[in-house]
Amino acid sequence: MATYLEFIQQNEERDGVRFSWNVWPSSRLEATRMVVPLACLLTPLKERPDLPPVQYEPVLCSRPTCKAVLNPLCQVDYRAKLWACNFCFQRNQFPPAYGGISEVNQPAELMPQFSTIEYMIQRGAQSPLIFLYVVDTCLEEDDLQALKESLQMSLSLLPPDALVGLITFGRMVQVHELSCEGISKSYVFRGTKDLTAKQIQDMLGLTKPAMPMQQARPVQPQEHPFASTRFLQPVHKIDMNLTDLLGELQRDPWPVTQGKRPLRSTGVALSIAVGLLEGTFPNTGARIMLFTGGPPTQGPGMVVGDELKIPIRSWHDIEKDNARFMKKATKHYEMLANRTAANGHCIDIYACALDQTGLLEMKCCANLTGGYMVMGDSFNTSLFKQTFQRIFTKDFNGDFRMAFGATLDVKTSRELKIAGAIGPCVSLNVKGPCVSENHNAPIPQGGRGAIQFVTHYQHSSTQRRIRVTTIARNWADVQSQLRHIEAAFDQEAAAVLMARLGVFRAESEEGPDVLRWLDRQLIRLCQKFGQYNKEDPTSFRLSDSFSLYPQFMFHLRRSPFLQVFNNSPDESSYYRHHFARQDLTQSLIMIQPILYSYSFHGPPEPVLLDSSSILADRILLMDTFFQIVIYLGETIAQWRKAGYQDMPEYENFKHLLQAPLDDAQEILQARFPMPRYINTEHGGSQARFLLSKVNPSQTHNNLYAWGQETGAPILTDDVSLQVFMDHLKKLAVSSAC
Amino acid sequence: MNVNQSVPPVPSFGQPQPVYPGYHQSSYGGQSGSTAPTIPYGAYNGPVPGYQQTPPQGMSRAPPSSGAPPASTAQAPCGQAAYGQFGQGDVQNGPSSTVQMQRLPGSQPFGSPLAPVGNQPAVLQPYGPPPTSAQVTAQLSGMQISGAVAPAPPSSGLGYGPPTSLASASGSFPNSGLYGSYPQGQAPPLSQAQGHPGIQTPQRSAPSQASGFTPPASGGPRLPSITGPLLPGQSFGGPSVSQPNHVSSPPPQALPPGTQMTGPLGPLPPMHSPQQPGYQPQQNGSFGPTRGPQPNYGSPYPAAPTFGSQSGPQPLPPKRLDPDAIPSPIQVIEDDRNNRGTEPFVTGVRGQVPPLVTTNFLVKDQGNASPRYIRCTSYNIPCTSDMAKQAQVPLAAVIKPLARLPPEEASPYVVDHGESGPLRCNRCKAYMCPFMQFIEGGRRFQCCFCSCINDVPPQYFQHLDHTGKRVDAYDRPELSLGSYEFLATVDYCKNSKFPSPPAFIFMIDVSYNAIRTGLVRLLCEELKSLLDFLPREGGAEESAIRVGFVTYNKVLHFYNVKSSLAQPQMMVVSDVADMFVPLLDGFLVNVNESRAVITSLLDQIPEMFADTRETETVFVPVIQAGMEALKAAECAGKLFLFHTSLPIAEAPGKLKNRDDRKLINTDKEKTLFQPQTGAYQTLAKECVAQGCCVDLFLFPNQYVDVATLSVVPQLTGGSVYKYACFQVENDQERFLSDLRRDVQKVVGFDAVMRVRTSTGIRAVDFFGAFYMSNTTDVELAGLDGDKTVTVEFKHDDRLNEESGALLQCALLYTSCAGQRRLRIHNLALNCCTQLADLYRNCETDTLINYMAKFAYRGVLNSPVKAVRDTLITQCAQILACYRKNCASPSSAGQLILPECMKLLPVYLNCVLKSDVLQPGAEITTDDRAYVRQLVTSMDVAETNVFFYPRLLPLTKSPIESTTEPPAVRASEERLSNGDMYLLENGLNLFLWVGASVQQGVVQSLFSVSSFSQITSGLSVLPVLDNPLSKKVRGLIDSLRAQRSRYMKLIVVKQEDKLEMLFKHFLVEDKSLSGGASYVDFLCHMHKEIRQLLS
Repeated sequence: MATYLEFIQQNEERDGVRFSWNVWPSSRLEATRMVVPLACLLTPLKERPDLPPVQYEPVLCSRPTCKAVLNPLCQVDYRAKLWACNFCFQRNQFPPAYGGISEVNQPAELMPQFSTIEYMIQRGAQSPLIFLYVVDTCLEEDDLQALKESLQMSLSLLPPDALVGLITFGRMVQVHELSCEGISKSYVFRGTKDLTAKQIQDMLGLTKPAMPMQQARPVQPQEHPFASTRFLQPVHKIDMNLTDLLGELQRDPWPVTQGKRPLRSTGVALSIAVGLLEGTFPNTGARIMLFTGGPPTQGPGMVVGDELKIPIRSWHDIEKDNARFMKKATKHYEMLANRTAANGHCIDIYACALDQTGLLEMKCCANLTGGYMVMGDSFNTSLFKQTFQRIFTKDFNGDFRMAFGATLDVKTSRELKIAGAIGPCVSLNVKGPCVSENHNAPIPQGGRGAIQFVTHYQHSSTQRRIRVTTIARNWADVQSQLRHIEAAFDQEAAAVLMARLGVFRAESEEGPDVLRWLDRQLIRLCQKFGQYNKEDPTSFRLSDSFSLYPQFMFHLRRSPFLQVFNNSPDESSYYRHHFARQDLTQSLIMIQPILYSYSFHGPPEPVLLDSSSILADRILLMDTFFQIVIYLGETIAQWRKAGYQDMPEYENFKHLLQAPLDDAQEILQARFPMPRYINTEHGGSQARFLLSKVNPSQTHNNLYAWGQETGAPILTDDVSLQVFMDHLKKLAVSSAC
Repeated sequence: MNVNQSVPPVPSFGQPQPVYPGYHQSSYGGQSGSTAPTIPYGAYNGPVPGYQQTPPQGMSRAPPSSGAPPASTAQAPCGQAAYGQFGQGDVQNGPSSTVQMQRLPGSQPFGSPLAPVGNQPAVLQPYGPPPTSAQVTAQLSGMQISGAVAPAPPSSGLGYGPPTSLASASGSFPNSGLYGSYPQGQAPPLSQAQGHPGIQTPQRSAPSQASGFTPPASGGPRLPSITGPLLPGQSFGGPSVSQPNHVSSPPPQALPPGTQMTGPLGPLPPMHSPQQPGYQPQQNGSFGPTRGPQPNYGSPYPAAPTFGSQSGPQPLPPKRLDPDAIPSPIQVIEDDRNNRGTEPFVTGVRGQVPPLVTTNFLVKDQGNASPRYIRCTSYNIPCTSDMAKQAQVPLAAVIKPLARLPPEEASPYVVDHGESGPLRCNRCKAYMCPFMQFIEGGRRFQCCFCSCINDVPPQYFQHLDHTGKRVDAYDRPELSLGSYEFLATVDYCKNSKFPSPPAFIFMIDVSYNAIRTGLVRLLCEELKSLLDFLPREGGAEESAIRVGFVTYNKVLHFYNVKSSLAQPQMMVVSDVADMFVPLLDGFLVNVNESRAVITSLLDQIPEMFADTRETETVFVPVIQAGMEALKAAECAGKLFLFHTSLPIAEAPGKLKNRDDRKLINTDKEKTLFQPQTGAYQTLAKECVAQGCCVDLFLFPNQYVDVATLSVVPQLTGGSVYKYACFQVENDQERFLSDLRRDVQKVVGFDAVMRVRTSTGIRAVDFFGAFYMSNTTDVELAGLDGDKTVTVEFKHDDRLNEESGALLQCALLYTSCAGQRRLRIHNLALNCCTQLADLYRNCETDTLINYMAKFAYRGVLNSPVKAVRDTLITQCAQILACYRKNCASPSSAGQLILPECMKLLPVYLNCVLKSDVLQPGAEITTDDRAYVRQLVTSMDVAETNVFFYPRLLPLTKSPIESTTEPPAVRASEERLSNGDMYLLENGLNLFLWVGASVQQGVVQSLFSVSSFSQITSGLSVLPVLDNPLSKKVRGLIDSLRAQRSRYMKLIVVKQEDKLEMLFKHFLVEDKSLSGGASYVDFLCHMHKEIRQLLS
């Protein structure tokens, strides 16, 4: 076990990959019977401080349909200067530059420790990064002020040669021209009319029709830069201008009458942003950053009308098919997202409002383009401010932690086919031998299957790079080597993968159906891998490699990713968005929050996420990824109220109080998006965040039955983990299903 | 008038004045002989064709015509066209014809010589017939007129005549210019003519009028319509004729006129003055000599000889149809000035005909609206529709509801009836006015329009005095005045909300053309200061009007000039297909608050677009944007559009160049006046609904389709200004002056006008710049003091003499301070059962205003020729009806005009030959459309001078005199090459310099040493410190001040290329485009009338 754990960890660190199964069943049928599908979690651009990029281009397999990259798994004939592709078995000649190759003089890509390697490509013009701010002006005064300040601040964080642009919107959409002296210019569009990219470019004067007055040739070369730079200018040039411009931004001046929402043309604004970039900088790295303080209320992409008396759609409305605008709006944003993705741009959404802002409809913009989605109550909160700042944090090389315009190619051994991907991406709709719904080639015994991930992207330093990760796993025959496979099960990865599948399904299916599906899968897994006697629940055992899995499933069922109760559609979208893109550890936290306990009884320790952990003399720190909750037990809270922490003789108490704060701070510093930070105590209203997460082992129903004084009862009808497990065992051993 | 164009000699001679006279003669003789004859001849044919149809008749009749007056009448019609001019009824066909021919060509000298000949009635007759009957016929009609007219000339002749005539007579023939002089000089002949004319009975009704009559103005009232007769009266016919008509007085007057005439001559005096006195007599005599030469002509042309002979015999009396013998607008105007300009016009009496528009007079409002507000074609309305139909005199009122008043007259009082609003008749909704009858001790009042009996509300109750008048009648403007205003209550406001102050939006074309010509820079610079002069109400400290700015080419740029901004913000809207206003706050601002930002903006606009290469423009979206902006701001207002080119950019209202001269004179010609697409009308309707008035300043280099572009200004009560080929250096002053005036003028917004009438007639048709969504309400998005609405009335029942006919024009509008008001004008007219009364109380100027507007609208739907024919027919019918029903019996060959309408033919001819109805080769389609729409909202004074330009001699009157010199008639004959003239028609201003103007004059006016050094086409006179220069420039300034548009000066040198342009405005002459000369037209009209009568 230890070996597998280490192996898994090592793999993750090196390649950013975690497979649900680390030994692969050798046929499709058997794979299906494994219940948890064979899949992997990949972090394509996992930060690798130890991995310097190589300064040359990858060597590709010459078979046009393959084009796999030379990797450590390839067989190499040093004498003949040949290598065999391990995917298609094509024999390839090394290029001339590799003439000096030998066993002792290997290029990096052939060394086993470079299963992941990054190439830097010198070809092609480097174009600066582009940041296009799309700013809602229908905000409250202080909100707008805060946002303006954040935006102004962000200018100083951008690379000096990055291009910035500004679009503001309210009732109208304004595209600001940035290089004007003496007068600020903007192009204005009405917020109710959708325009094609062509129209937008025409109207912005980006398409230059042959001008009769113009001397044709000499001018032309400068033409293009000129046209586009009116709206997108290098930061260092228009720093001051833009700062002033942002400073002068006014709230949308159009009157909003009583009982109305302000008219907000988010849909058109985004459409124009997309169209602008599409026309001027296709296929270069660009971020469209949408800052919005409310739902789109007019034009294409509107989510709710401007009548305040008609509230924005809830899950209830959606279930009742009562959300008038949802389908149309979603379609609009999907169309935009797809175009954006096709251009290699991305869209971030920063939505700060107390009510919903239409993230449900807009989520695809971020989801499909790899953009960020940030949700907060106000732009005037540290949650937004710091999250926003964090976008521009730099890695150890001083480069932004962002890359652009990536495409991910997956090459597989013949035996494997790709069924699909879930994550912040869109399909390129490539048809190839590697892509299929099923894999059914006969599997050679004892061989290894290999997968190669080739990620082309634009680094934030504007270089184009290719990262290649090639991994291999053993095949195993299910019949004979089940235990082996079992041992190679990565239950954490499996839990996350299943959760993602579930969430993916939840997007299109009814909530209860998804839950049922998850339950069935869990039961089947238990049936397959559990050890038990038929019809005897008490005899049920799971091996160590599966032991935590049911618990994950229990918490997943309760998580906001699948439970929409008490969540708005926007919140669900937000949670799911992040769930679909965080790495395994973070994902697990989301599924099953971590609970730490601080007390005088010893050093801080993780405790069960259970109501029994809530004790009067403890401070609890819960991290759900989205929230950090510090909860003071009853006694602690009383002590604090009494002011003991201020008395020198109780300095230890002061330290106790401080400890979770420090730890929380650490988490807050590191996480993106910044979690909601909640400091509460026993009986506090905010304590609900904690109470809703813990396993309700004690409820008002069973409190006295258990007769224990410890823990806090939770007022819920939800089943506890214990009950859940009991049922699971019963069902697993039952022969009925 | 002075003679000589005989130019060549002049230069040398000019100086030795004394010698002059003699000199001329000698020289003339020679010249005349050779040149004159031929030229004129050819020309003659030209004109004739138009009329020739008649000739045939003429032929037949001609022979007999020779007879004396009576006979002449008969004959006249026939063929004596030629004669017509000379003698009235004379038969001198032959000679006359030749004569005319000469004239036409412009060799007026001939005419004149001939004329005298012709005039000799008796003698001539015999000759005439044989020679050229055909021609004669045409002229015949004229002849009689001439007879009538003749008198006038004499008067003038006295003054001028002598010198001129002499000169001309002697040698002037060749020189057409001389001719002009003739008429005047020939007074005597005229008189003779009159003798013949005697025939022409001056119909004139009222004695008083009779006096007014030509003569010389001096005299009294307008005499018989045909002034001519009057004069004649003097000599012989005069008496006979005039008397029959009405006035015996004329004869005596004749003399005075003469004197007056001299006035004009004044200028000449320097040269001839000493001789003048002597001359007159000489003239007569002189003719003799002239005839002498004629004979020469005669030889070549059969007719000529006859002439000569004729002339010989009767030097004095004979005269052909002399321009001086036909009714002279100048004379009529002068008479009216003298007679009615001295004392105020008091409006207390029903049905009074006001003084002419050309007369300066004060008005005292005593219950009827001032003629400045309303003028009618007739102040006596036929009681029945049958009568009206018979007379064919259009019943129309020309209303200028917001007319500016001279400072001496008080503007209308504002009456506040409190919350209940103005008191109105319950049934017809007429407003309280002086004509309402209070009854039952003041408890009720009977509506004067619909006879409904209404209760007087308690708060308005007042006792009646013994005459049945309210005792407070004189305390209340609405009970004692013709014009007053009510404060409107909220019920009269849109959406039941009091309006906010209006806004002005300046929308500037910044395409390549506008930048290149310097227009944008000029405009922006000007606006900076102009914005301080926005119209304000009463004594308000600052204008309530807010301003906004838009620039545009293919896209629109809006500007945020909010006072709190450090710099203006520009917002570009490219979505021209679906225009909207991108901002609300900061677009329309108070000038003072946002001054810094506005100044900065105006500084930057020219810079921003300095390098523009955009040549395409849009138009409809621009107006739409302005309209939407006003809508968003919930106010009315005005857009000032500065536009340069045909809007060909892809957008609503996109136009194509459809200018096609080939369409002229075809059935499709009307399409040139129609808008290309319906988009403009639709837009205009929306503008009107919003109270958005559009003023359009055009700066085209080529065709811009004024017909289409002016649709919106036209329907919204706006103005169009056009500066073809704009160059800052040349047109700056004109444009800026127009702009200043246009921006500063007081405007009423979002107006609705309703004209109510007493039972029996009703308003049926409206002309002007406005929109009507139903048949009664005239909707005007904006209305300023220059805009006029002409309303036509028709009978729907009988009227009754006793109660007369009442008009009430109510205008509901928003003042420039945002106050909602009602302006009421009342006018009471008489009704008549006798046609004579109708004809006695007409106003020709107003009639022409109506007819021009009617015709100009007609070209939208009918071929231009049909429109012209309609006008001619109507005019003929009017005059025929008079002749048939009102004039005393006389020979059919005599043309008899009602005194009030004696100018109708000349004015109508001017309308007929105006650019719209008879375009010359140099007139562009745009010009025609431009003029067409201008005329649509002109008032009577404007149409008057527009169709019959004023021609003012500059050096005739003493240099010290501060008054305007008396005008002369718009004919080349009246020009003396030793003088300079100003000509203006409200749009154009020319300074014509005769070739032999004294060097000193040239020097003191142009600061150059000789005529040849004067720059032709010069538009600014140098500022020189000498009396002449000061005087001329002063005169020019004062002329400009009288007109609503700045008239750009063009200096035209005699016989320079530019002179063609100038001559176009000499409306009594035959025009190059085929328009008839006054004389010819009169003949033609006479013929038409006779056809109708027979």
